[in-house]
Amino acid sequence: MREFLLSVGYDRWILPALLLIPLLAALAVMAGGRAAEGEDEVLTGAANRPRALATAAFALEFVLSIGLWWAFDPAVSGWQQVFDLRWIPSWGVRFTLGLDGIAMMMVLLTTFIMLLASVGSWTSIRQKASSYYALLLVLTTGMLGVFMALDLFLFYAMWEVMLIPMYFIVGIWGGQRRIYASLKFFIYTMLGSLLMLVGIIYLGLAARQPHLVNGAPVMLNGAVEMIPNFSYDAIMAQVQLTPHAGMWLFGAFFLAFAVKVPMFPFHTWLPDAHVEAPTAGSVVLAAIMLKLGTFGFLRLAVPLFPAAAMNPTIRGLVLTLAVIGIVYGALVSLVQPDFKKLVAYSSVSHLGFVMLGIFALTVQSVQGALMVMINHGLSTGALFFLIGMIYERRHTRLISAYGGIARVVPLFSAILVFVSLSSIGVPGTNGFVGEFLVLLGAYRTYPVLAVIGATSVIIAAAYMLWAVQRILFNPLDKPENEHIPDMNRRELLLMAPLLAGIIWLGVYPAPVLRRLQPAAENFVRIVESRSAMSNTAMREGR
Amino acid sequence: MRTFNLAVPSQLTAALLPDLLLIGGAMALLLWAVWRRESAAHQRSVGVLSIGLCVATLIAVVLMMFDRNAATDGPIAVDNFRWMADIIILLGTIGAIALGIDDNDRSGTTTAETHVLLLLASSGMMLMVAARDLMIVFLGIELMSISVYALAGLNRRSERSAEGALKYFLLGAFSTAFLLYGIALVYGATGTTGLHQIGVRVLQQELFSSPLLLIGIALLLVGFGFKVATVPFHMWAPDVYDGSPNPVTAYMAATVKAAAFAAFLRVWLEAFGGEFVSWHRAVVGLAIATMVVGNAIGLVQRNLKRLLAYSSIAHAGFLLVAIATGTEQGASAMLFYLLAYTLATFGAFAVIVVLSRGDAAVTTDDVSGLWLVRPWLALAMAVFMFAMLGFPIVGGMGFFAKWYVLKAALQAPQPQTLLAVVLVLTTVISAGYYLYIIMVMFMRPRREDAPAVPATPAWTRFVMVASAATILVLGLLPDLAVRYAAVGTPRLSAPSDMTGVAPSPPAPSFR
Repeated sequence: MREFLLSVGYDRWILPALLLIPLLAALAVMAGGRAAEGEDEVLTGAANRPRALATAAFALEFVLSIGLWWAFDPAVSGWQQVFDLRWIPSWGVRFTLGLDGIAMMMVLLTTFIMLLASVGSWTSIRQKASSYYALLLVLTTGMLGVFMALDLFLFYAMWEVMLIPMYFIVGIWGGQRRIYASLKFFIYTMLGSLLMLVGIIYLGLAARQPHLVNGAPVMLNGAVEMIPNFSYDAIMAQVQLTPHAGMWLFGAFFLAFAVKVPMFPFHTWLPDAHVEAPTAGSVVLAAIMLKLGTFGFLRLAVPLFPAAAMNPTIRGLVLTLAVIGIVYGALVSLVQPDFKKLVAYSSVSHLGFVMLGIFALTVQSVQGALMVMINHGLSTGALFFLIGMIYERRHTRLISAYGGIARVVPLFSAILVFVSLSSIGVPGTNGFVGEFLVLLGAYRTYPVLAVIGATSVIIAAAYMLWAVQRILFNPLDKPENEHIPDMNRRELLLMAPLLAGIIWLGVYPAPVLRRLQPAAENFVRIVESRSAMSNTAMREGR
Repeated sequence: MRTFNLAVPSQLTAALLPDLLLIGGAMALLLWAVWRRESAAHQRSVGVLSIGLCVATLIAVVLMMFDRNAATDGPIAVDNFRWMADIIILLGTIGAIALGIDDNDRSGTTTAETHVLLLLASSGMMLMVAARDLMIVFLGIELMSISVYALAGLNRRSERSAEGALKYFLLGAFSTAFLLYGIALVYGATGTTGLHQIGVRVLQQELFSSPLLLIGIALLLVGFGFKVATVPFHMWAPDVYDGSPNPVTAYMAATVKAAAFAAFLRVWLEAFGGEFVSWHRAVVGLAIATMVVGNAIGLVQRNLKRLLAYSSIAHAGFLLVAIATGTEQGASAMLFYLLAYTLATFGAFAVIVVLSRGDAAVTTDDVSGLWLVRPWLALAMAVFMFAMLGFPIVGGMGFFAKWYVLKAALQAPQPQTLLAVVLVLTTVISAGYYLYIIMVMFMRPRREDAPAVPATPAWTRFVMVASAATILVLGLLPDLAVRYAAVGTPRLSAPSDMTGVAPSPPAPSFR
């Protein structure tokens, strides 16, 4: 398989192709769908064209990206599938793409979830469908771009670009309080990311390079003109920061990513945005966009400023916040009357595990954090889809509005129970593997925090099972619940791959773990060696 | 490549060729405008001729720029800073006249002189950005201001317009007095009005703490502060902007500001570069106050023109950051910012021209649900708002404008980290009102009783499409402009690299 892929040059064109296809498809959807738009569109004939077109594009995207599974060689350290172009030569900005093991998994998760999100929006989006699908496609480019970018400037541009489609998706197709939720989402994210921009400019200027045109240096006022350099590798290799500057820069990057994750005190946008977003929006937010925050920690914030990140005070603070997030998210979930909000808060808890794993900094905990990133994408994505399905039938998300519907919709109930179990992390489902590894790894460096974090697994069982019990199993006492149609074939088709993924990762996670292990080891090694290096540099400086 | 000897009158004339072309053409058009009986057709034809004149001047400017001309020390500058500023001014003038043709049509105004007044104001601006002598700066400012006073009061039947025009006139005259007094004191301290000479004498005679000079600088700062509407000298701006006809408001918010900033920067860097320590804190304070107040008050505005007025005050704060760096990079960044800001402002006002009905203010209610009825209009407005917000890709070159200023601030010999952080934080505040407009357009339903949006007139559409396209293309490929600007990197003759008596070592220079 690998030989075949390499023989067609897959390595060279796959990354730009994955970014370009959604953009072209977005244009096609806009052009093809305009004629078919109406107030409340019927789901037949021409009106289905944007849906079909977008879904086809997402399918193509997914099929192409599957090749990465084989084309990516876990044994090789360093970037793979690299693509490099000049973008803004006079400012030293390049269009550089590349993958490591973490990014590769995230790209696969993104293309997988986006395909499902497109199928899952088929009947729920009835107004301005072509604009909706175009935004969904643009969003894909933005998210993939963040995972692929090896130039900090490009990273920032992609990071901001993915904000716009999600802002419109929540704001136009969202629920009652959509406007408030979308604005809050936008402002929070922007506040964090603009400070990161200042940090990126600072780093780019610190790694400056001579300005070369066709190999010859450009002279300015008798000296070689220096321009910034935003290449990730160059910044990693060249930038020497004073501890003081390192702290401030880490703070800027931390804020940008902590808002996105979200970590405990920065999480308040999340319940609003997740609850108000349309089903596919919630799925994408939970399954992919939150991971962009933790991905930012793994790629930038921690490896670039290891001295600051591994400073005992800061590390302790971040870990404490992570554990507070784990427990707090779980406790708040326990008292939610709204099922969608319950799942939203459970995300705060799960993402706390990822942060715990990253900052505990053992190979196991980092590997576990990566697994949680993938598992949470599958389980929570599936939960949001299920909530969307039942909402389309009953137009309420209140847990108390249901009760005993297991007898009415047996298929839906079975799937919901199964997905809930995986979200809790019952052994045999995917959720178990990740959180177990995180706790195991973190126990070695931070036993107390690991033990506190572990309690949330019990709370998670309480809130999920209690909610499932009240929805599915209590007496069927409301007449409007007696005639809910069960899942149709499209919905089954939608859930099947998610269920397959949950089982596969729960029973046989080895192939995934094997690909993640070098990445996790690499991460731990880089952070440890760099932080030791800057510590000695500091001591020698004194 | 040619060096003008400005002591020779014929060569001085040659160096002023584009300016003379514009001013001579404006006079001829003035005669032509009053020759014929007032009519809608005549108004249009004078407007089109004025645009033609601007284009001709623009070509002359570009030719001068690519000739890489230079000049001896004298009353006017022949450098790329001037040509770039001229290009921005002329683009703004074309935008204002194009919008003016349609706006006059719609409001039934048949006076053709409006276009000529714009041309006269622009020739004053071109003089201002060329000036290397405080007297010429003053001449340019007056030529510009008097024309703009008349333009502000154009709408004689409106009370708001009259109030705005009077306010503008009184405060304008007041600020001119500050400028003149400042010029007099600087002359008293240094014995010269030539910018370069002032810079040299400050260094040679070590006038760093001469009270006469410092008071002069302070008065000049106040005078320029009024002209570019920085806090606390901004009070006139919202009323005047609100009362003037839409094209004139756009012109005042973008082009007048651009010219005043260009002159401001030249005076500050060339004449007072050696006094950096004395004025730096004052400019930083003004910049922070302007960014914070402009953006904070912008949040509560619901009248679009007032909102853009406060946003223009906020942008003045961002531009002051470029001045506060006191470097050539700051100058390039300012020019790039002014270009982006001019395009976005004229685009946004083009949308307002389409939406406005009679004398009534255009409020956020009028744009509510615009996407549902006029998707392209709403999309264009969204691009302009994102550009002003400085958002990457969708906001096009607006992002690179902010980025350029940030970069200049961070790579100055004394990195302006505080200003960079305030700039970033106030940008987040500004998201509150720019996004509010976008939110209203896309996420609110159209009001039941909302009148139909009239069709977009041809010139207005031209302004809108041209601005949006330029913003987006340069947002994706800023190198087109940056490389082009590499020809036009401003070469301000800061005294430090000319005389050799500079106390500070040359700044590290990377772009």
